[in-house]
Amino acid sequence: MATNTTLRSPLGRVRGLGSAKGGTHHWWMQRVTSMALLPLMLWFTLSAALLAGEGYGSAIAWIGQPVNAVLLLATIGIAFHHTAAGLQVVVEDYVNSEWAKLGAILTIRAICWLLALAAALAVLRIAI
Amino acid sequence: MATFTLPKNSTITTGQTYKAEPGAKNVKSFKIYRWDPDSGANPRTDTYEIDLDKCGPMVLDALIKIKNEVDTTLTFRRSCREGICGSCAMNIDGLNTLACLKPIEDVTGDVKISPLPHMPVVKDLVPDLSQLYAQLRSVEPWLKSDTPPPPDGERLQSKEERAQLDGLWECILCFCCSTACPSYWWNGDRYLGPAVLLQAYRWIADSRDEATGERLDNLEDPFRLYRCHTIMNCARTCPKGLNPAAAIGKIKQMMVERQG
Repeated sequence: MATNTTLRSPLGRVRGLGSAKGGTHHWWMQRVTSMALLPLMLWFTLSAALLAGEGYGSAIAWIGQPVNAVLLLATIGIAFHHTAAGLQVVVEDYVNSEWAKLGAILTIRAICWLLALAAALAVLRIAI
Repeated sequence: MATFTLPKNSTITTGQTYKAEPGAKNVKSFKIYRWDPDSGANPRTDTYEIDLDKCGPMVLDALIKIKNEVDTTLTFRRSCREGICGSCAMNIDGLNTLACLKPIEDVTGDVKISPLPHMPVVKDLVPDLSQLYAQLRSVEPWLKSDTPPPPDGERLQSKEERAQLDGLWECILCFCCSTACPSYWWNGDRYLGPAVLLQAYRWIADSRDEATGERLDNLEDPFRLYRCHTIMNCARTCPKGLNPAAAIGKIKQMMVERQG
């Protein structure tokens, strides 16, 4: 970390702890999930719009159909993966303190995992 | 957290105004960031009224005129005055560019000039670029090859291989792009920034270089490379019309390609 008091050479500071030899998977998955979400969100939005005013029973029946249930589970998994990956980048951009950064990223992951599990359970309870 | 406001000792005050000579008809005001490390005072903006009828066409001409004729304490870097040395990179009218390539007439209203953004200031318009130079050094911008050169000549490239370097070799390292990049502002201590990544790619793309894998290893890092969020300020500001974001995109593409 660059501080005002260090006498370390600029090159030493730039080389720092070396390359993490990672980040590609995170970056690539963020792109892949965003591409996958384009058709999935289109399908979900259209389906939800068509269900408007149909009532509770029709919604349950729609979710219960195997194709819809599978696509819903895929949407849930991919959307929360994408959310967690995107928020992690925001935190890495703006939070400089290592502990605050680590804490924020772990919290984001935990919340996304729990929300994804809860959403998936809701679909499964209806579909199975 | 990233700092979004200036610290108290960096807030800019209003400085002196140097009036144009009486009788000047074609007057333009240059509002220039001034800071003297020896004075202990906050930075200020001085205003210089210049008679454009007695001044060359570029912003650098006006700066040199001010230094020669109005205020010798004004400090800035310049050398070639033809856009090839990169010394006079500064923020003019809100955009990083070279003072020698920026026509005064392209600026409507007052010409506001400040140093390259988000760099430590040495004095007035002179930023401290040591970190950027160290980052350039860290990507080892020279040919690396285990195969010895042919004993009777130079290392050859096909025309197509040479064409791969177009849009890369033209970079003059003025660092307009890196200092225009918000990602570099917030994480410049770890993110290499567009200028250095374009230079890294210049050697990755060189058919004579044999260290491509090693170079990619060195860049594969959430901060060194992946802080680029394709904001594109780099391409917008480049006074040479290059596109560092495209070079970074190609590095990322290679990273995915070598995964399998």
